[in-house]
Amino acid sequence: MMTLQGVSKTFSNGTLALEDISTTIARGEFVALLGPSGCGKSTLLRLLADLESPSTGAITWAEGPPKPGEIGFVFQDATLMPWASAAENVFLPLKLRGQSRAAALPQVTAALSQVGLADFSAAKPAALSGGMKMRVSIARALVSQPKLLLMDEPFAALDEFTRHKLQEDLRTLWRRSGKTVIFVTHSIYEAAYLATRILVMSPRPGRIAAEIASTVAEATDRRTAPDYIDLVKKISGILRAVMPA
Amino acid sequence: MNKTMERAAPFLFGIIGLGLWQAAVWGTGIPVYVLPGPIAIVQAYAGDFATLNQAFVSTLSVAAAALLVSAALGVLLALAMAASALLRAAIQPWAVILQVTPVVAIAPLIIIWVNQPFLALVVCATVVAFFPVLSNTAAGLAATPRDLLDLFRLNGATRLQTLFLLRLPAALPYFLAGLRVSGTLALVGAVVAEFVAGSGGFASGLAFRILEAGYRLEIARMFAALMLLAFAGIAIYGALGLLSHLMLRRREI
Repeated sequence: MMTLQGVSKTFSNGTLALEDISTTIARGEFVALLGPSGCGKSTLLRLLADLESPSTGAITWAEGPPKPGEIGFVFQDATLMPWASAAENVFLPLKLRGQSRAAALPQVTAALSQVGLADFSAAKPAALSGGMKMRVSIARALVSQPKLLLMDEPFAALDEFTRHKLQEDLRTLWRRSGKTVIFVTHSIYEAAYLATRILVMSPRPGRIAAEIASTVAEATDRRTAPDYIDLVKKISGILRAVMPA
Repeated sequence: MNKTMERAAPFLFGIIGLGLWQAAVWGTGIPVYVLPGPIAIVQAYAGDFATLNQAFVSTLSVAAAALLVSAALGVLLALAMAASALLRAAIQPWAVILQVTPVVAIAPLIIIWVNQPFLALVVCATVVAFFPVLSNTAAGLAATPRDLLDLFRLNGATRLQTLFLLRLPAALPYFLAGLRVSGTLALVGAVVAEFVAGSGGFASGLAFRILEAGYRLEIARMFAALMLLAFAGIAIYGALGLLSHLMLRRREI
């Protein structure tokens, strides 16, 4: 899908946020960017979305650089427009590309059903729980049918029950749709549960410290499966080895 | 029970206060040209009903017109300031200078320059009132959530789309808060302008009636005009509160 070659990012205040990031991400992968706060993982996501440009190095896209709407982005907060209903919020990416409300309605409804909120299309964000707001946010990212989904710690602010449910739903969605997902997280468990490949990042400057392919089998009881627990242990061991004291 | 008591409390308090006031006036025999009691004030109002009401409408119109102009001017300037850092640097100090210069000092000039009396009063009141709308709207436009701006960029939004679908709606609560402050200030500006215009012989509005009643030592009539002025203030404040409630209901912010 895309290749990063020696990508570095220095901010205008002189901070070196990312140094020499090189990796290739294939179509249909679920990649977790795992690391502590301040390791530049969100910056890396913003570079991929072209919200920032790399200071050095290059990102090359197998099928040419993505056009507006070809990337779905989910932020840490739901970032919904509080004055608009769930359906209006989901409609936004299509509206910005000039689609009429009537023409977009089937897609909006489909996106809301995909996240289990078909009955809440008229609800304003104020009337929704934290988990439901995040679902609307995910529906908004899905509505333009992007091939690539970039997610920046989307479940970090949710309670554990809601988080588990959304993680399960996200995995199901990924398996059904075959989208490429790049998921930023600081949770070892989340990375191990969701991803097919985990890029461990170390801070100051941010670099890829290790790369782990997941061999956890598809199973309904993934969270208690021995290979999942082994993966968690393996990542923990690597983290201890690569993180500065 | 508690709720109804709470609602009734300000009225009860007012009635008790008025009662005590009237009792004090009767008890001490203080002359009406020093301190009239509530009854004398109501009598003065009834005795000059048409003139005072006309003055009330006149002052309220000046304040309302100034508020409308302030809202339009404030939003336009805030948009200009949000659109370009250069315009922001150019406008901001002048807006502040206009705001910190006491209107009493500028009012005579404006009244000389602007020949049409109503227009002159509106200009004075606008000078006083427009700043809160400007500064609040500018703050609201600057505080657009960064993530939402990124989302608009990711989806290839044009500048106009970002303005109308995101920045203006996001700034609405700020604008409305500014408008409520401006509403009160518009009345202050109208009163000050009327005082200045009134001492120049131009008869209009409640402030002029207060001035006139003062010259004639009709203190009860002065109080009646003052009471109407308070009503005008409450009307503006209440109307803007209602407007903001209607526009913001079912929003988080």
